[in-house]
Amino acid sequence: MSRLYGTKGWVLLGIFASILFIVFPVLSLQVSDQNSFHLSQYWVTLVGKIMCYAIVAIAMDLIWGYTGILSLGHGLFFALGGYSMGMYLMRQIGREGQYQSDLPDFMVFLDWKEYPWHWWNTEHFWYAALLVVLVPGLLALVFGFFAFRSRVRGVYFSIITQALTFAAMLAFFRNAMGFGGNNGFTDFKRVLGLPITTPETRMILFAATGIVLIGTLLLARWIVTSKFGRVLTAIRDAETRVAFCGYNTVHYKIAIFTLSAVICGVAGALYVPQVGIINPSEMSPANSIEIAIWVAVGGRGTLAGAILGAGVVNGAKSFFTQAFPEYWLYALGLIFILVTLFLPRGMVGALQRQRREAAR
Amino acid sequence: MRILILAACLAASQAFALDKSAVEKLAFGEFDERSAAIAALVAEGDDKAADFLQAVAEGEVQTLEQKGVRRVLVVRGGQAADAITGEKVDPVPEGAEDVVANNRLRKEIEGALAALKLLSPQRETRLAAAKELAGGADSAMLPLVRKALGKETDAQIKSLLELTAASMEMKGGSKQERIAAIRRLGQASSPNSRTLLSEAVTDADEDIKHEAQKALREVQGRLAWGERAGLLFAGVSLGSILLLAALGLAITYGLMGVINMAHGELIMIGAYTTYVVQVLFRKTPYFDWYLLAAVPASFVVSAAVGMLLERVVIRWLYGRPLETLLATWGISLMLIQSVRTIFGAQNVQVENPDFMSGGIQAFQGVVFPWSRIWIIVFAALVLVSMFLLLNKTRLGLFIRSVTQNRDMASCVGVPTGRVDMWAFGLGSGIAGLAGSALSQLGNVGPDLGQGYIVDSFMVVVFGGVGQLAGTVYAALTLGFANKFLESVSGAVIAKIVVLVFIIFFIQRRPQGLFAVKGRAVEA
Repeated sequence: MSRLYGTKGWVLLGIFASILFIVFPVLSLQVSDQNSFHLSQYWVTLVGKIMCYAIVAIAMDLIWGYTGILSLGHGLFFALGGYSMGMYLMRQIGREGQYQSDLPDFMVFLDWKEYPWHWWNTEHFWYAALLVVLVPGLLALVFGFFAFRSRVRGVYFSIITQALTFAAMLAFFRNAMGFGGNNGFTDFKRVLGLPITTPETRMILFAATGIVLIGTLLLARWIVTSKFGRVLTAIRDAETRVAFCGYNTVHYKIAIFTLSAVICGVAGALYVPQVGIINPSEMSPANSIEIAIWVAVGGRGTLAGAILGAGVVNGAKSFFTQAFPEYWLYALGLIFILVTLFLPRGMVGALQRQRREAAR
Repeated sequence: MRILILAACLAASQAFALDKSAVEKLAFGEFDERSAAIAALVAEGDDKAADFLQAVAEGEVQTLEQKGVRRVLVVRGGQAADAITGEKVDPVPEGAEDVVANNRLRKEIEGALAALKLLSPQRETRLAAAKELAGGADSAMLPLVRKALGKETDAQIKSLLELTAASMEMKGGSKQERIAAIRRLGQASSPNSRTLLSEAVTDADEDIKHEAQKALREVQGRLAWGERAGLLFAGVSLGSILLLAALGLAITYGLMGVINMAHGELIMIGAYTTYVVQVLFRKTPYFDWYLLAAVPASFVVSAAVGMLLERVVIRWLYGRPLETLLATWGISLMLIQSVRTIFGAQNVQVENPDFMSGGIQAFQGVVFPWSRIWIIVFAALVLVSMFLLLNKTRLGLFIRSVTQNRDMASCVGVPTGRVDMWAFGLGSGIAGLAGSALSQLGNVGPDLGQGYIVDSFMVVVFGGVGQLAGTVYAALTLGFANKFLESVSGAVIAKIVVLVFIIFFIQRRPQGLFAVKGRAVEA
């Protein structure tokens, strides 16, 4: 306990948790919608979505902030988790689709008679949950094994992960893949037998996301304060030297890359039932780069920074895209440029420096 | 057949008038008879027949039955004339009935009229008619086609007609005629004859089947050459486009090491500059020459934007490639949005000048468009001038010296900062040239560059960073690979396969096709 956070840290985490698990449910479910304190579904969905992004940001921070490897494939892992969960959600629709068939609408539309092989067993939640972990995890394991073993590093790694993501996006756009092509999966009806649109179900999903977020944070904190984490940081700062000290850096990198991918997959699986849609555009190279900017804005190498960055950037995004949609890309572009030029350690880094200077 | 021969004899005996039995059959007969009558009239192949058919189609023909004598009249503008003899009938008789032409009949008449154009004195009219018939015609037109064939002198039209005649004989005639027709089709090399022969292959008659299979093999063999040439051309064309898109990056990334994610947007800016110049030239008589102004303009505009970016943002980030990646990505977002604000989110249309439109027909069914040919030439020119610039000029010397050893270059008085700016400007300008070329191939939109960024990085990385020759080989290899796979498996799969191949290739050989030798690799 005390290794992870000091008293102040635990108190802050407690406040954060009580907002998520007490304030949000009470304001959303108990307070009537006439009351001005009532939290609408919009806010529950938005904050739930941002928490999913925050989980991704932690995963990105582990691989980029702590290990110094900029992966542009995290959008892919996120989407793969989302698609795995999406397959289960599609089967939960049952016969309530437009065509009242056992198959999802898009398969009826393609005139398919039965589920393709990769949909096998997806009607079971446990199997879908297994896929959520295994698919991104195995892909990252295999890809990382080949990439790190042949010493692909730095920008090269970024570019080939981007190419991987791009190739996957093209593949998922194809109808023949059996993932709904352009439109992906949508029109979900229920999850685990519960109707998906009721405030209660939404709150359950919200709370689950909150639990996973805090769990991920603690797990990541545990990793970065462990010896394993120290080696990761050392790899970031001087990989050759770590290797000369006798550590097999390849194993460390594969391990953290795989773990990071699995976390992303879980976040994607939580994201899809809340947002209600998953399609190949989640895999566009732009999304993966945006993940990196969340971490950069908050502060690389600090877990709180990752969460903060995901919150600030996505909060700004939903504000801008509603208020001035045409200026959002300007704002995002400026964030990219200004943060890299003037805030190399992000917001948390800037705060820390200020505090240090004040103490002097 | 017998009707046709009969009709032909009758037509010969009555040189001044239309064939009586054919006209009467068309006017009074049942559908099948009328159809045969049209063929007979067409076989006469003169203007009067065309005139009469036109009249039937437009409902100007009437029939009259008086005292057991049937007459066919053409009533036009209040005047009636006997359709067969052509003599005037005055006044217009009472009690005449209209000849109704239903849709099917009208369609046949249209086809017949088109066939009659084969005898027109104008070459263009005949060519158009021959092409229409080659697309698929009723076998009843055969006598006319034969007649036209006898008169035709133009080689192109003649070969088209021969093909048409053969295809008609193949469908209709006796066994000997069909076999002869199949042999003739086997000599032709057009996709049409392939289609016809592949129908004949399924014929019930063993001899015909055998003959058709043989002919089909021959045609396919010849067509395959055309297709191979087409594939080769498509490969070179895609390779030249990839090369243009990647050459600029070969300087900014390959030589300078800047991960410029805004490279695609510099291409897009070049394309928009071309669009603007094109709009300016539209009102002038020199429209065909606008590219002469647009090409340098797109170079200058993109180079200026690139130099500005280098001075304002990128130069602070040298040696921090991942940060450069993020910052230039931000720049690309802002550039996309500014273009959207200025020109709107829709695509704009860039019109080709005359010498860029059309193409050369190299083989039957294989056309090499002029725009693509010129772009291949253009890519070669850009490559040569870039090579000369880097190897034969003072600026090129400076750029190479700064990339090889910045400190040493600085020591001997090379203004490294300014050289960086010029080098980045050069790379960006070449991206602008690529945009100018791309604007000739498709629509220009704000997202144009996004489609090329992954491709151009793949080309540079595949070829080996810091290697111009590598970039050229990589662009051509990827162009060919893509087009070849496309012909096997479709465009999307081809693209995916190529990407996955590059990913594995880089893992096997991170230094690319052509490695920089020595200690520079680790840096």
